[in-house]
Amino acid sequence: MADTSHGTGGLTFDKSKRSWPNELNILLALVIIIVVFEIIGQTAPYMRGQSFLFDTKDRFDSIFNEARLQIIILQVAIIGIIALGVTQVIITAGIDLSSGPLVAATAMVAMSFGQTELVNGQPNPKALFGPWAMDLPVMIPVVVGLAFGACIGAINGTFIAYLRIPPFIATLGMFLICRGIALWWSGGNPISFPTEQFAFIGSGMMPVVWFIVLAIIFQIIMSFTVYGKHTYAIGSNEEAARMSGINVKRHKVMVYMIASMLAAFAGIVLSSKASTAQAGMGEFYELFAIAMAVIGGISLQGGRGSIIGTVLGAMVLGVIRSGFTYIKLDGSYQLMAMGSIIIAAVVLDQYRQRNRA
Amino acid sequence: MSDIVLKTEDLTKHYGGVHALEGANFELKRGEHVAIMGDNGAGKSTFVRQITGVEQRTRGKVWLYGEEVDFAGPLDAREAGIETVFQTLALADHLDVPDNLFLGREKTKWDWLGPFRVLDYKAMRQDTMDALERTGVKIPNIRNTIERMSGGQRQCVAIARTASFSSKLTIMDEPTAALGVQETAQVENIVRTLKEAGEPLILVSHNMRQVFDLVDRIIVFRRGRICANLDIKTGDYSGEDVVSYITGAKTGEEYMETAT
Repeated sequence: MADTSHGTGGLTFDKSKRSWPNELNILLALVIIIVVFEIIGQTAPYMRGQSFLFDTKDRFDSIFNEARLQIIILQVAIIGIIALGVTQVIITAGIDLSSGPLVAATAMVAMSFGQTELVNGQPNPKALFGPWAMDLPVMIPVVVGLAFGACIGAINGTFIAYLRIPPFIATLGMFLICRGIALWWSGGNPISFPTEQFAFIGSGMMPVVWFIVLAIIFQIIMSFTVYGKHTYAIGSNEEAARMSGINVKRHKVMVYMIASMLAAFAGIVLSSKASTAQAGMGEFYELFAIAMAVIGGISLQGGRGSIIGTVLGAMVLGVIRSGFTYIKLDGSYQLMAMGSIIIAAVVLDQYRQRNRA
Repeated sequence: MSDIVLKTEDLTKHYGGVHALEGANFELKRGEHVAIMGDNGAGKSTFVRQITGVEQRTRGKVWLYGEEVDFAGPLDAREAGIETVFQTLALADHLDVPDNLFLGREKTKWDWLGPFRVLDYKAMRQDTMDALERTGVKIPNIRNTIERMSGGQRQCVAIARTASFSSKLTIMDEPTAALGVQETAQVENIVRTLKEAGEPLILVSHNMRQVFDLVDRIIVFRRGRICANLDIKTGDYSGEDVVSYITGAKTGEEYMETAT
């Protein structure tokens, strides 16, 4: 190839020259992790030659152990929905710690409008409001839940963008406030027995469907729309974004609102899946969502990462959790190992960045 | 239309008790290239920031083509036709060349989608190529992100950004401060291209040779005030004269009363 750094011949759009996408590294890591678990499963004496992901029992006509695959994906789907929003916040060089408690608070708020009046012919024993709030169309709890999330996100965003509170502090405060709202809403009592329609939202593999659909939508939004471009620009160089005429403050509020609405939706799905809403739901979800994004290569300095990365990060986290259970690692060791893996992911990423620059 | 591109009267900026800019009266004629010189902290960048709406002036008036303007922000100034290359490069490191060129004014499709309107990458890439060819800027691959480029290439991208939109006034704040010899020459060529095209320019620079090569007139700032207005195309001024204005050894006659 001739040197094209001089002359107009250099003004090219050359697809082959594009860099090795970060996402491929995460995919590679995912494959390596699966292989490692597979090897442990096949060789460790106490495992009796079970396979991690492949169907070795030949009871079904399938290559993979579908039951385990379903569990893995189902486990990460709801936190994954939160992670889609957290990813956008981190790309603006922010952070959102309030998503876990927001899941609980939204679950309470939404479920209280999604209850059914009669349970086995008896009045709903967990009814929070009077008969007027029973058997409402499913759109009402969903819209109320999302609106609640949007309000929380707007407050987060306003404090961060207009009052210049550091995102860590603003969302830490909201973390406590949301947990408080979740407890206060029903005086600490669980809210249960949803309508059939409301129960459908999180039934079976529906959380996975939502996760995949939302991931595709937001990958498109982040890559191909003005919203996405400005989100990256703000995280990359906020001053430059401001000088270029982007309304940085308004945009940040919008990003936090979208993130909170995604967390609120996760709360709706979770309460539907569990058929109940409890104030203690979603514990550590915010941290796992951040972990998914970080493992997925989203830089905490902002400006870098993608939704696909976060989806892969979610898969890595899910596979690791499931794999640890599969090799019968004790729960206490699982936590320690997962923590180490999160730190290792960031160390590796920073090392890679330094080498590139 | 007025023959005066830009006019300021009593333009003043105080940062708390610091008088960064005091009573600047300035005029730029059609097609004219003017350099602004002065020591560090003399008020050059402050002056630029007031004109471009990055900061809000304490007092004073600004006219653009005879119309009094009061920009609420940099976007207002840009929409009015003032394009600026800032001292601190206003580029997003993780984005590529077309993204940066069109940052804040992207070409879009399906505008009814509001903030989620779709970027027209193809049109922006084509316009970027055209703009780079017109200004003679050479970038190996426009899909490269800014973080992978040299300082000179970054500056060229920033300048190409101002040149790729038909502007009424271009302002460059020390465009070659961090560049090598070849890169500086490239930037200077872009400036000459603008001069030939009759586009007015304000150049903030420390480089005496560059200023004498490129511009028609030099305005010297000292301690927040204008202290000299030197027409170097007709008047007989040397670099030493300019230095003595900058350091305070001399003061232009018309500024004797105000400048100290």
